Amino acid sequence: MKPRRVVSLFLMGSAFLLGGCSVEPWVKPYERERLADPIMQANRDPLASKHKEHVYDVREGARGADGVQGGGCGCN
Amino acid sequence: MAVTRRSGRRRPGWRSVLQRWLRALPAGNPAVCPVAGRHGPESQPMTGWTGLLSRGATRVAGLLGGVLATGHAEAVDLPEDRADLMYHSFIGGGVVANGPAVLVRKSLKDTVSLFASYYVDSVSNASIDVVTTASPYTETRDETTVGLDYVYHDSLISLVGSTSREPDYIANAASLDVAQDYFGGMTTISLGYSKGWDTVEKHGDPSFSQPANHWQYRLGATQILTPRWLASLNFEVVDDEGYLQSPYRVARVLGAAVPEVDPSTRNSRAATLRVTGSVGERGAVHVQYRYFWDTWDIRANNEEVGYGQYIGSRWLLDGFVRHYSQTQANFYSNDFSSPQTYMSRNRQLSDFHDVALGGDVTYSIVRVPARYEIKFTAAYEWMRFNYDNFTNIQTGQLYWFNANVMELYVTALF
Repeated sequence: MKPRRVVSLFLMGSAFLLGGCSVEPWVKPYERERLADPIMQANRDPLASKHKEHVYDVREGARGADGVQGGGCGCN
Repeated sequence: MAVTRRSGRRRPGWRSVLQRWLRALPAGNPAVCPVAGRHGPESQPMTGWTGLLSRGATRVAGLLGGVLATGHAEAVDLPEDRADLMYHSFIGGGVVANGPAVLVRKSLKDTVSLFASYYVDSVSNASIDVVTTASPYTETRDETTVGLDYVYHDSLISLVGSTSREPDYIANAASLDVAQDYFGGMTTISLGYSKGWDTVEKHGDPSFSQPANHWQYRLGATQILTPRWLASLNFEVVDDEGYLQSPYRVARVLGAAVPEVDPSTRNSRAATLRVTGSVGERGAVHVQYRYFWDTWDIRANNEEVGYGQYIGSRWLLDGFVRHYSQTQANFYSNDFSSPQTYMSRNRQLSDFHDVALGGDVTYSIVRVPARYEIKFTAAYEWMRFNYDNFTNIQTGQLYWFNANVMELYVTALF
């Protein structure tokens, strides 16, 4: 990616984020109780999530964007 | 051995923000009790908190956010103290992999949380690759991970280091993730970076030692849509360079076994969209889709749908269906018609799909509100792999196998 394009994207992102600072939350804090429940979490328990993702990662070609921490493996 | 690597931990951003806000509400506000988490009343069977919203959602963009944040950005809190002890098992395709794992996390003061985990994989491998080209073997992999979370102003900064060792593969990795909330806590943005250093060795050849390096770049956002729905979008780049193949695996040319040769670089991208919604009084549904593509011409689609439901004051049930499919790498062949520069018969790089059905049951053994909780979880997943261009060379038939995946663990939240 060209430096000029990177700078443009950075400035656009900055403008978006700064502009958003004036956005009034349309879901008030006291309306978020359901969102706070653990049942809404993708990975409630880190070890179990890690094992599941490990099972997938060593057998499937895709990787990334899974949000689970891992290390090296040798399970093929 | 694998060259794949994962990174990034879940972050507690949304939960933390919500907790802060809810603590600030007047006493007696009915909104307070239901989100009291595991320490809530018996009628609210909340289990643990380890980062409220989905995956990358709670990894907020600290570095960028630190520069851009203004007064509306909300501070983040540390992850909750906890201890987990787990037994895990995978049985399928001639492979049995199991072992214990333990994790302990403890906060120091109000700004620092430390954690450490230890994970063991005892692998007995008689997979189709092994039994047709080599001898079954057993080995053990140990992985140690340590991490630190630090709250600085409105950012949560996380440093993690890990080392994984097995007889012929050493993997070390370090990662930095930073997180911050925006727009009154409606949006969470995250940035992350990881670097991995591997050393590939070979049984019976002490002189064999090859490096493999990995770089990962993460960007994620989570958005509260309504009081019941939220969505997250995560993007991750993974770049690899070095010895990315297996020193044992072979390809085939006109039926004859030849050493596998993979390219020494790989660049991949993955994007995941997840939508989660609260259903009824005590249920939740989620839908997730991931698209993956890389410079080896692998394209993958991954879909998942799941549902969770509280039963009574102590039980939580979850179930999900998952589907995955991919195209094969441009240097993969079940049997090459002529020698190529790069050749692989690694079925992980072939054209295949798999489906999974899974569920877990969590029982809260003891819960003392505002003090601690101990719970037990049993999780099971059935998987079916179907290969579209990988044959069992003993039978000539397309290969498939079923797998059973299990986790049993006790969690203490304190």
